[in-house]
Amino acid sequence: MTNRLLAVSVAALALSACAAMQEKPKPAPAIHINEDPYPSTYVRYPGAVTVVRHATVLDGDGHQINNGTVVFGDGVIQAVGGPEIASPAGAVEVDGAGKFVTPGIIDVHSHLGDYPSPGVSSLSDGNEATGPVRPEVWAEHSVWPQDPGFSRALVNGGVTTLQVLPGSANLFGGRSVVLKNVPGRTTQEMKFPGAPYGLKMACGENPKRVYGSKGQMPQTRMGNIAVARSAWIKAQAYKRKWDKYYKNGGDMPERDLAMDTLKGVLDGKILIQNHCYRADEMAQMIDMSKEFGYHITAFHHAVEAYKIADILAANDICAVMWADWYGFKMEAYDAIKENIPLVQNAGACAIVHSDDANYIQRLNQEAAKALADGIRAGIPNLNEAVAWEWLSRNPAKALGILDKTGTLAQGKMADVVLWNGDPFSDYSRPERVWIDGAEMYDANNPKKRPVSDFELGQPGEGDVK
Amino acid sequence: MIRRVISALLLAAAAPVGAQTYAIVNGTVALGDGSEPIPNGMVVIRDGRIVAAGGMRMKLPAGTQVIDANGKWVTPGIVAGFSRLGLAEVDLTSHQEDGGGRDDTSGAADDTGQNGPFNAAIDVVPALNPLDTTIAVNRADGVTRALVAPSVGKNIFAGQGAVIDTGADMDPVTAARKFQFVELGETGADKAGGSRASAHIMFRNALREAAELRRYAPSIAAPRGGTPDERDRPVVRNPNESRLYGAEARRSDDVLLTRFDAAALVPVLQGRQYLLVHVERASDILQVLELKREFPALKVVLVGASEGWLVADKIARAAIPVIASAVNDLPASFEQLASTQSNVGRMRSAGVNVSIGMIDDNDTRNLFMERQYAANLVALQKIPGATGVSWGEALAMITSRPAQAVGMGSEIGSLAPGRRADVVIWSGDPLEGASAAEQVFIDGVRQPLQTHQTRLLERYRYLPRRDLPEAYRH
Repeated sequence: MTNRLLAVSVAALALSACAAMQEKPKPAPAIHINEDPYPSTYVRYPGAVTVVRHATVLDGDGHQINNGTVVFGDGVIQAVGGPEIASPAGAVEVDGAGKFVTPGIIDVHSHLGDYPSPGVSSLSDGNEATGPVRPEVWAEHSVWPQDPGFSRALVNGGVTTLQVLPGSANLFGGRSVVLKNVPGRTTQEMKFPGAPYGLKMACGENPKRVYGSKGQMPQTRMGNIAVARSAWIKAQAYKRKWDKYYKNGGDMPERDLAMDTLKGVLDGKILIQNHCYRADEMAQMIDMSKEFGYHITAFHHAVEAYKIADILAANDICAVMWADWYGFKMEAYDAIKENIPLVQNAGACAIVHSDDANYIQRLNQEAAKALADGIRAGIPNLNEAVAWEWLSRNPAKALGILDKTGTLAQGKMADVVLWNGDPFSDYSRPERVWIDGAEMYDANNPKKRPVSDFELGQPGEGDVK
Repeated sequence: MIRRVISALLLAAAAPVGAQTYAIVNGTVALGDGSEPIPNGMVVIRDGRIVAAGGMRMKLPAGTQVIDANGKWVTPGIVAGFSRLGLAEVDLTSHQEDGGGRDDTSGAADDTGQNGPFNAAIDVVPALNPLDTTIAVNRADGVTRALVAPSVGKNIFAGQGAVIDTGADMDPVTAARKFQFVELGETGADKAGGSRASAHIMFRNALREAAELRRYAPSIAAPRGGTPDERDRPVVRNPNESRLYGAEARRSDDVLLTRFDAAALVPVLQGRQYLLVHVERASDILQVLELKREFPALKVVLVGASEGWLVADKIARAAIPVIASAVNDLPASFEQLASTQSNVGRMRSAGVNVSIGMIDDNDTRNLFMERQYAANLVALQKIPGATGVSWGEALAMITSRPAQAVGMGSEIGSLAPGRRADVVIWSGDPLEGASAAEQVFIDGVRQPLQTHQTRLLERYRYLPRRDLPEAYRH
């Protein structure tokens, strides 16, 4: 009896020990999700070692060098300085007398490729206006690399890098993509290597109009904020789940593409590019970012940035602006021509952008107007060297690529424009453009001009445009 | 803001128009007639008209107010070649990113009778609001006159446009019903039911209906008993008058247009009112030239014409003026595949009378962009393979040429003696966007340059908190 009891209890013990082991198995290690499943396949094109001499150099970092010299080769800037800079053996010498050298212009707000030319509905792929929260869509999956607009931005605008964004119908419009303005067969071939993703957010009129007209939320500005906050609350929970998984392993949580993007923002890996016009709304968006623990990199179309330039400076947020667009909708009613210089003067990060396939060809002229308006208004410490920061350095900062491009600094990508005159004049045009040291445009050589597939065999193919 | 504008208006109204005689001296003077600028020139204004301008020296009448323009530039005011200025305070014509379309209308936009029953009869004059901030903003940037066209609603005919001034007063109309505006390209095809062929038959039918009513139109009489040839200064009597609608003004039974719309096309058919035709494609342009052969009395002006350079010699031979977009260079639609910034220069080289307009390019607001665009055309002279225009011609394209296109070259757009004294003193070369208008005269009256925007600048240029909120800074 006793023996039997003992035997039973031993068996029970063994069973329970066995059960305990099953309840606490060693968790499977976490499998990390590939965060770059559509990677850049961009490879720079070859370029000669080149020395531009006797040019006025605006380095994009606030400096002007008269009779300047810029040396680049192997894809990177090798030296920037005065006439004393020596030429490497075998370098191609370019006489820049009477001309200007600048970093390539970077447009942080473009829809080239996702709203391409021709503007027909079969090619209009910028707004996934089927729901106000669409962070799961990625602009790069809409970009048509044959958009003829890319070439105009290059040869007329000196634009070497651009961020293509989804439209602003949605509160969360989707991920942006940063492109080198080098033609490719695929969008991946144009993707800027190592550039972080952006997330397009929008406040104000557009989301409430698009969804309000469909009789659904949001129909008001308070609806905008409520829907956005709900999404962030969901994203925080999603992030907690995945953080726990990445820490402890075990069963992989179910993936949600939309939440992946928002989690990327909360992780600090994806930059917020926030379409927002009005000062009061920008302040609301700043509070929302603090509520959920993310940082707004830039407010785009910030026509009222001048009203809160101090707040933007204190929060390290860039203001992305037009020089003189105004009045096309109520939230643009209070635009003023000194917006950009006032933001600069407050110590905040000022950026000139286009949002337009035509204006992207004249961003230098937009900066010129803003500079002149600022000087006329008596705003101090403005000059052309400072104003070029609005076109390359600050945009590079807002895209998270300032360590790679945006200024003419040794070791950075050789994204360089030679202008045939002062680029702050409406009479000046790009004469040559290099991207990663490869010459992509030469006004004097019809073969050094991109022609998209779409334009082949069409009237005007290969024209100077 | 409103109080200041109104007090400025009262001031302007109180001063007898043109009472002041001004001499603007020592500036670089550009006449706007295509000639190059004249250093150290002079412009004399009296009774609202130009007395003389250029390199001349003249004895000034006593009481002349002399304005020193040393280091400045002096030109005629900018004439916006094609616009919708004054028709929308805030036009919510959303651009592409908004999802497109005019689905969001508001009381602040008045540029199209989208949902109304009329088309050709529409006259923009009742829609004009001289107190629109857009007018003030453009005035402050040296735009003194504008051709203002309605936008099409349901028909290919948009209605009758006017020439306006941007003066700070309640009388904006320089010439009412100066032109009829019709769409015969892609938009026209759309309005006509889906094809260009349909648009053209609709056009011909409309002229047929007008021809029936023409019989009942009164004969052309010289107004104010003066002008020998009415055709030289075609001014349209108001077609909304009753005389074409009497019992004897019979019409056929098979009509498509309302009586008002058909009557409005009588002056077009008679060549007493200009017909602005918007087309972009080269083949569409040739079709319009054919219309001119079929209806020789039509006073046709082409608007847009992005592919005009492909058929520039034919446009020149037809002696039809063109109001073109200056720097369109994208195949934005299938009717603009051959767009290039050289379009204007190439048409000009072929002998076409070209001026610059803002066709569907922020046309209610950003007319001040025209001078920047004009400079861009000058810049093309340095680009191999491109065709640009001279500086003087570029200025003419935004001053005298658009005025000439609608027969008003003897009234506005240049500093020739006798022209209305629309004069701007600029801080520098007016074609540089960086230059600003420092003084603006319209009909010889000095204009206020304050706007909603300048008031906002004053309010917010210094942000630190003070004893009272920003709303008390005024």
